[in-house]
Formats: sequence, structure tokens, C-alpha cells
Amino acid sequence: MAYEIIVATTMAITILFALSLNIITGFCGQVSLGHAAFYGLGAYTGAMLTKAGWPLIAALPPAAIVAGSVGFVVGLASLRVRHDFLAITTMGVAFLFVGLVRKQEWLGGEIGISGIPAVQFGRPGLLVLSIICAALFAALAVYIKRSWMGFAFDSIANDEDTARVLGIDVPRFKLWAFVIGTSGAGVAGALYAHHVRYIGPDSFGFVESVTVLAMVIIGGVGSVWAVALAAAVLSVLPLWFQFVSDYKLLIYGLLVFGVMRFSPDGIAGAVQRLLNRRS
Amino acid sequence: MSALLSVSEVTVKFGGVVAVEDVSLDIGLGELVGVIGPNGAGKTTLMRVITGLVKPFNGTVALDGEDITNWAVDKRVRNGLALGQQIVKPLTAFTLLENVALASGCQRMASPLQALIQTKRDKELAKAGEFLDMVGIKSASDAYPSEVPLGYLKCLELARALALEPRLILLDEPLAGLNQAEATEMADLISSLVNETRSILLIEHNLREVIRICPKLYVQDQGRYLDFGPTSEVMANPKVRMAYLGEAKT
Repeated sequence: MAYEIIVATTMAITILFALSLNIITGFCGQVSLGHAAFYGLGAYTGAMLTKAGWPLIAALPPAAIVAGSVGFVVGLASLRVRHDFLAITTMGVAFLFVGLVRKQEWLGGEIGISGIPAVQFGRPGLLVLSIICAALFAALAVYIKRSWMGFAFDSIANDEDTARVLGIDVPRFKLWAFVIGTSGAGVAGALYAHHVRYIGPDSFGFVESVTVLAMVIIGGVGSVWAVALAAAVLSVLPLWFQFVSDYKLLIYGLLVFGVMRFSPDGIAGAVQRLLNRRS
Repeated sequence: MSALLSVSEVTVKFGGVVAVEDVSLDIGLGELVGVIGPNGAGKTTLMRVITGLVKPFNGTVALDGEDITNWAVDKRVRNGLALGQQIVKPLTAFTLLENVALASGCQRMASPLQALIQTKRDKELAKAGEFLDMVGIKSASDAYPSEVPLGYLKCLELARALALEPRLILLDEPLAGLNQAEATEMADLISSLVNETRSILLIEHNLREVIRICPKLYVQDQGRYLDFGPTSEVMANPKVRMAYLGEAKT
């Protein structure tokens, strides 16, 4: 039973992490290759606070605030650069985060932070908390999609110059997407830190950013249910099959290639086409 | 009473090239003004200054007496300006109805927080249907832009501009790419949209239609003001004829 709880917790945290990137990349069309940096910011913030005696639940809002604040600053970059250039800029953020953390003794430097306290309510409690956080974020994402903010995000993702001449304050909406998305990643990071109870700079490197982006692409950018499904499946595959763990990047790369070749709008697009054909 | 739009002494430079030089222009409410000039006269640049897509090197733009020179494009749009672009730019992921509904709800998206707390789109979708009907393409409401011909996209551009409920619509070559019958139909439609609460500034190369529907003309050549006034008087100006039609003598 303990193993199943670990798997389910990993799944819930990864879903939250992927859905948070989906707000930025899927909803608003801003490619981010540095999302793991915000996951890491949340993880380090959460770990430091619980090590200082805070309960995990109280550490989640600061983790979201720290990640969201840095996300706001990175979002400012998105106002000046677009597309490939934005991808490169956000990739730089990921490297910058790892590089900075490595040199900070108070954050454990290269060794990282170990001995992160176990949550008071045990592993089942952490699982429930992770599921609640993922479900709340999924509900928020669905709500955003239905709101006028979602309509504005869709238009920006489609063509931001046209969105602007239709009266939409594109820069402010982009910043909101970055703040919401990175805050979500911060919460996911704090949960992750208490799930594995050891974090180091390499836990949040470029590979993690690419992995979560692969989940969003395979699910189908912008679709909440499909991204959650892709995150759920892809997060547990390395746990179930050793070869997936060994060749993770190769397998994810092939999956992304296959999706881009046969269904650029991911699982969501493929299912939609299937439903349209049947009706 | 101040003009609806007042462009004062505007100069635009791109590097060393002066695209618009010391241009002034006033437009009142309820006017349909045609902007003409040879290729490269700086007409589109002038329009981009008015919409805020280009920052002038010098000069001011005022709407209802308020200086909007430093306002962002979206703020100008939410305050009464609308733009119909020369190269149609529909949102390809949206149906025609959704394209217009988005424009219709621009006040709901004045700020992200305001946009976040509002979900209902029924009113905007209904209004979008009316605007599509007004421009004659309601039958294609549920089609995507890739599924309809250019004439429909030109009408969509117009419907979106109307949905913003502007006081001034700037149209950049709305007749370009249309055959003569379509152009005449579109010109009649544009003319019918002017009323006591709405003005239109029309940049167009189709001189025949511009002269037919515009009571007033503004002429620009090589970035400079050439003439502005009632159409018959402007077209009788020898300088205009020489610049635009290439006549050496009147």
C-alpha cells in the first residue's frame, strides 16, 4: 500500500506541475523551457520553512508567492521577446536557477537540502493534500478557460498583434499567465520536496523543464484533462518500467516527435477528431 | 467644439527616411473621410500613428480633445478607436462569430482581474451575430476563417471593428483584392456605417469608389500634406491631380 501511495502522490504532484505550465504555454501560448526553476523555487522555499518549524500547509502559500514573484519578473521578459527567443530566455532562467543554487551554502549548495521533515499527517495525508492541490488547480484552470481571461489568453496564443488591436492589454494578460502558472509550480515544488524529503540543484534542471513541457505537448496544449492525463501516465511510467527510467529523455523525445508528426494538438486533438468522425 | 480626432504636426522617421512630415488633420463626428495618395505617400504610416502601432518622432494625436499620443494600442481601442487592417488578420482558431464576440467583449477584458471574474458570453455572442448580419456574412457565423473567401474576411474585419463600438473606424484598403462588384458593395456598406455617433477614416487606392462615397478627402504625397477638403474641390486641385493621377496640366 505504501508503494501505491508514493506512486499516486508522484502522479498528483506531476499533474499540478504540468497544469501550471499549461496555463503559460497551453492557454497563453508562451513557450517556457525553464519551468522547473519555479518548481525548484517552491521546493526550496517549502523545505526551508518546514525545516524552520512551519507546518507544510502554512509553507505552501509562501512557496507560491516566491515562485510567482520570480515568475512575474520572468514574465516581464516575455513582453520583449517572443517564440523561439522566449524559449531561449526561459531556458536561461533554468540554468541561472541551478547555477545560483549550487553556490548558495545556506541552500545546501551542491549537496542540497536533506532531512526535510516528514509531514505531520504522514504519507496518506500528503497524498490527500497533493490531490486536493492538483484538483483545485485543475478546477481553476477549467474556470479560467471558461472566463473572459481564457478568451483573451486564447486570442493572445493565436495572434497577439491582432489581440492588441481588439483592445486586449496583451502584456498584462501575459504577466498574469506567468504569475498563475509559476505560483502553481511553486506549490507543486513544495509538495515534491516533502514527498522525496531531499532536494538538490539537479532535481530542477533543464531536463525537468523539458520533461514537463513534453507532458503538455503530448497531452495537447491548452487542454486541462488531456495534459492531466499525459502527466499522470508519464509520471508513473519511469516508476513502473525500469527501461523508461533509463531511457526517459529518448522515450519522451520520441513521443513528442510522434505527437508533432501525427497529432500536433496532442491527445486532446486526436480524441476530438475521433469524436467528430463518429458524430 | 473640438474635433473627434486631431492629428497635429506629426512627423515619423524610420532611420534616416522621413515617412510622414509635419502632417495635421482634424476629423469630426459623423464624417467619412477618404485618405488618398500615391504608393509610398505614408498613408498607412499615418494610420499606424493614429492607432498607436507607430510612435511619432514629433507631433500629437488627440481623441475628443484628450492627448492619446503615448497611449498603448489596446487603450486607444477601448476608448473609441477601431482598426480594419489592409491584410486581414482573423484569429484562425476562432469561428467568425467568436472573432466578433471577442471584440464585442473588449470592455470586459479591460483588466485581467475583471476578465477573470466574468464568464458569461451570451450577450456578446448575440451582438456578434447582429454585427455579422449587418455586414452580410451571418450565414458563415460558425465557419472558421480558413473556410471562407477573402470577401468574407474583409467583412469580418469590418464586423470586428464595429463590435468594438468605436467612435472612429480606421480602414486600411478594405477594397484591396476585391473585384469591382464586390468593391462597390463593400464601399456602399462602409458608407452606410457612418452616422452621428461614428466616423470613418478610409485609406483606399480605389479612387473611383473613394470619390463616390467620401464627402471629404485628405491627400498626402511623399509623406507631406497636399490637400484636405470637400472631394470635388480636392480633386480639382492641380497639385493633387499631378501627384495622384500624373497629369502635367489641368
